[in-house]
Amino acid sequence: MEFAEHIKTANVEDVVLRQPLQPPSRGTLCITGHHLLFSDREESDSRQVLLLLRNIDAIEKSVENLTGYSGFFSNASHSERMSGSSGTITMKCKDLRVLQLDIPGMEQCLNIAHSIETLSCLDCVSAMYPFFYRPVDLSLPEQWGLSSPEMHYSQMKELYEKWRLSTVNRDYSVCPSYPPAVIVPKSIDDDTLKKAAKFRQGGRFPVLCYYHKKNGMVIMRSSQPLLGANRKRCKEDELLLQAVIEGSDKGYIIDTRSMQQAQQARMTGGGFESKSFYDRWKRFHRQMERGKALQESLIKLVEACGDESNNMDRWLSKLENSKWLSHVQNALSTAGLLVECVERDGHSVLVHGSEGTDCSLLISTLAQLIMDPCCRTMEGFLGLLEREWIQARHPFQQRCAHSAYSHARLQQESPVFLLLLDCVWQLWRQFPLALGFSEALLLRLATEVYASDYGTFLCNSDQERCALEVKERTHCLFRALLRPTERDYYSNPLYERTELAIWPSVHPQSLQLWKGYFLRWTQQVRHLEEAQEEIRNMVIEWGKLARS
Amino acid sequence: MEHIRLPKVENVKLLDRISHRRRRVGTLYLTATHTIFVESEAGVRNETWVLHSLVCSVDKLAATPSGCPLLIHCKNFQVLHFIISKEQECHDIHLSLQRLSQPESYDELYCFSYKPNVDEKERRQEWDFLDLKADYSRMGLPSSLWKLSPVNQHYKVSDTYPADLFVPESATPPVIVGSSKFRSRGRFPALSYYCKDNHAAICRSSQPLSGFSARCLEDEQMLEAILRSNPCSDFMYVVDTRPKLNAIANRAAGKGYENEDNYSNIKFQFVGIENIHVMRNSQQKMLEVCELRSPSMSDFLEGLESSGWLKHIKAVLDAGIFIAKAVAEEGVSVLIHCSDGWDRTSQVCSVACVLLDPYYRTLRGFMVLIEKDWVSFGHKFSHRCKHVVGDPKEVSPIIDQLLECVWQLMEQFPCAFEFNERFLITIHNHFYSCQFGNFIGNNQRERIELRVHERTHSLWSYLWANRTDYTNPLYRPNHSQTQGLLRASTSPYSFKFWKGLYNRFDHGMHPRQSVEDYLRAIQEETQQLEEHTGEGLHYIREVILILWLITVHSYYKSKEKKKIPPGCFSAFDKSPTVWAPGNNLGLANTPQDYTGGFITGSPCQPKGPDSILLPKSTNQISDASFSNGSDQESGIADLSCRSPLSEDSTRDPDSDEAAYSAA
Repeated sequence: MEFAEHIKTANVEDVVLRQPLQPPSRGTLCITGHHLLFSDREESDSRQVLLLLRNIDAIEKSVENLTGYSGFFSNASHSERMSGSSGTITMKCKDLRVLQLDIPGMEQCLNIAHSIETLSCLDCVSAMYPFFYRPVDLSLPEQWGLSSPEMHYSQMKELYEKWRLSTVNRDYSVCPSYPPAVIVPKSIDDDTLKKAAKFRQGGRFPVLCYYHKKNGMVIMRSSQPLLGANRKRCKEDELLLQAVIEGSDKGYIIDTRSMQQAQQARMTGGGFESKSFYDRWKRFHRQMERGKALQESLIKLVEACGDESNNMDRWLSKLENSKWLSHVQNALSTAGLLVECVERDGHSVLVHGSEGTDCSLLISTLAQLIMDPCCRTMEGFLGLLEREWIQARHPFQQRCAHSAYSHARLQQESPVFLLLLDCVWQLWRQFPLALGFSEALLLRLATEVYASDYGTFLCNSDQERCALEVKERTHCLFRALLRPTERDYYSNPLYERTELAIWPSVHPQSLQLWKGYFLRWTQQVRHLEEAQEEIRNMVIEWGKLARS
Repeated sequence: MEHIRLPKVENVKLLDRISHRRRRVGTLYLTATHTIFVESEAGVRNETWVLHSLVCSVDKLAATPSGCPLLIHCKNFQVLHFIISKEQECHDIHLSLQRLSQPESYDELYCFSYKPNVDEKERRQEWDFLDLKADYSRMGLPSSLWKLSPVNQHYKVSDTYPADLFVPESATPPVIVGSSKFRSRGRFPALSYYCKDNHAAICRSSQPLSGFSARCLEDEQMLEAILRSNPCSDFMYVVDTRPKLNAIANRAAGKGYENEDNYSNIKFQFVGIENIHVMRNSQQKMLEVCELRSPSMSDFLEGLESSGWLKHIKAVLDAGIFIAKAVAEEGVSVLIHCSDGWDRTSQVCSVACVLLDPYYRTLRGFMVLIEKDWVSFGHKFSHRCKHVVGDPKEVSPIIDQLLECVWQLMEQFPCAFEFNERFLITIHNHFYSCQFGNFIGNNQRERIELRVHERTHSLWSYLWANRTDYTNPLYRPNHSQTQGLLRASTSPYSFKFWKGLYNRFDHGMHPRQSVEDYLRAIQEETQQLEEHTGEGLHYIREVILILWLITVHSYYKSKEKKKIPPGCFSAFDKSPTVWAPGNNLGLANTPQDYTGGFITGSPCQPKGPDSILLPKSTNQISDASFSNGSDQESGIADLSCRSPLSEDSTRDPDSDEAAYSAA
């Protein structure tokens, strides 16, 4: 196995593992190509900890030589001297768990640390665990994923009249980040689409992402138009947008950048739809944080949660300073604006920022959850994630390479998906009966997106996934979550479908720190989980009696 | 009444606190006891009742072209922003309300005129509902170590203490009296809680008059006696809940704290809870943050931090945990005091009791706790809650902090408390409302002089009668969470802002669906189903769901819908100050102000299926089963009159459940 070169010490006895919420335990540590395996020495309740190395975000090691000095002696005496030494490895995981290993022997400790450091951030996608994960109760499926753009379109009969499925991107040549099939206005032919694509960053021309059955209005998604400094225009792009609001008096554009940012983007070839060429479109600018700033926000928040100074002022100041909750507020309120445009004002909306692969997805996903009861069931929600984030491409591999603990230099990391999950959690807090899934599902997704047995969040686009045969060689998380046993566990026992929009409150008082995630490994959150178990038991008890 | 200059003003606007674009137009009435706003829009019957005794301040702002604004702040954190078109009318209302909301004597208080439809015998029984002696005997007292002392029978030793007090068996009257002379206000060390498993006790007192060097033999003997009443322990803690600096400053005034050298085997400790003035200012600052119209997250968090409120709550909880651990884990007795021993001392005793003893986490137990540590030990309710005109420096939200500490614990331990948030908020309301006699006056002696037990009603039996409203459906007395000492976390992140209390009337901020109400319905139904299996089951289910729907409605819509003129309250239970978080729930589930006013066009949203109306037959059933209560009727009336509002996709928790029952 090609991982062997990174594993100098595969097994260590007499290791002490310290993990949150549990007493320390002594046992055997084993390193494999993808996992760290710890087995408790007590055979009676043989506890095992199996940790994906990919889950480890950062490690810290400290070695201690009990004999006092180490070093410049012959090899023979060297190992003897080493025997009195020991080392400690602290592993900080992407699921925010912090584990500590006390390993006897300095050399073994350094070997283990080296293996973890190397194997936890291998770049080669096809060497990652999902390609090796073969559970007995799952066979590789015929169909990967829950649906496809083609299936989605064919199920939406309302679309047939005015919208068509275009395969202009079948070989990913028009837009490398789009799926092969997209939904566009019927009156627009593929040539027009190709030209419009040239006018949008990364070729992400406006496509349909949501059709509101109540009034026939739609949400479109794209990247920024490439106006540039000399204000280029593109007839085809204008035509495409015109076709979207055919039969209506106007449409709205929600630009996820501030007016100033959008104007500055012209200097680098981007820009926004100007009033003179898109006269029936009204534009809103809502500045949303993205990229590095968002990653730094997460890092600060996680740091604040780990602060043990026990000082209230310091905590509140750090919480504020992280700005994470401001981002939550901003995302929910922009999504609220989008829903207000579609649901209350009755007009179609185009959402974009610059690339159209981060905030635009966040906003359109939240808006659909708020408006559409079909997206609030468990299948509906996973299907929504698949459409908006997998098919319409969020670059997961880049965005989720590291989480909050990593010391690595930040590159393309950004916790946009985590921000989405946090916002969905806030919705669930405010409408505890309206969503078909539970907090546990959000937590599972938050873990899987950073380190997973499944192939769902691998790669940056559909094109990359095809090239690496992800769909043939890995299992799909969404399908696995919908198996009956898992589904029971992740469903919301209180769910009662409601047809109406669930308008979130965005007052600071209404938004809370997502303790279930950020303080997941504390005793306090255990108490809250126990309460959720009680709720589930009550409903089950009641259900049994009511049926009998 | 002579103080009402103007009983009625028409064409008054009531602005929504969060979004001033939302306003309601109606008529404002002043009665002897309430300010009432009746919305006059066709098809909507909406009344807002505010008890005069709950009014904290009335401010007339500078007149604007649209009229003269009148701002009313209430002690239960309701804020009403009226616009009265004529300045003279506004002036009259302002003056009337100022007078009406500031009674000059106890006799003006609402509890002395509040006459629900209850006969005298029942009223007397209300006051027998709680018996403190029973609680002491629950603790195993009197025993061979602690005795009931008659020394304060006529309030001669300490006029702010209760008549019945438990002291160490070995404490003789001369020792007690001697000790009391060495303590502020004569508040000598007396028992607050006794743990019969390990004999550790929590005692309370005021500060000693030690100055720089004074000693008192009897006081030293008194502490010695407390120590000896715990045979398993060779020392005791003396906890001064004040910051050290404050305590030192008191020495200059001949007061101060115990010198460890003079008392044998004590460990002395400061815990640093700030005084009433700091707490008053802190809450004021926090309320200003709550009132910001559309604050950003940063504004809010910065404001919350600089108010210091959560820091103070944490300090009280930290102190409570220290004492609870000393008692439960070390088996050591504790004497707690602050300056006078009626503010911080009461807080810390109560918090420690809640942590220590599961009984105080039950409905009845919590009532007993307030009765014991606060009412009987002389927390100055009338001063702190400003029941009558007095020194504004005496006002302070000390009792609010106790409720908040308990609420914070409830949030940490969802299965550990028999009561719910609604219970705490209702109690909070009545600390201030003066509707019941329990909290009138500043100590037991004053209440006897006012003949409170002869002339007023008791909150406790009212709460008990309505206990189903206040029960936590997740309460599990046998759950591992709830056993013995609650191991609460006081990491800063464990504390939350209590919007349920401080933004109680801003309905848009609260969760739109209530898990608790849903679970309560399930719980009731489960019980019923267990009792009646087989025949008639289907019918029972239906009826239960309907009953539940109605109760849910009456929580949210429990404003009295009686005809004006009010002032005569025939129903005992649902009085206007009762739990009423959502008298305009129609507005609850609507879009927030996401747009900043961008979209002003009229909504053109197609009507969805109208799931709000109950089937007609359902109406009839419920009318038949509940013909006696006006509230239940109004619940139904509201259901049917809500349909005109459905155009802006209004939706509220209860209507969700309407769909649920139809299913």
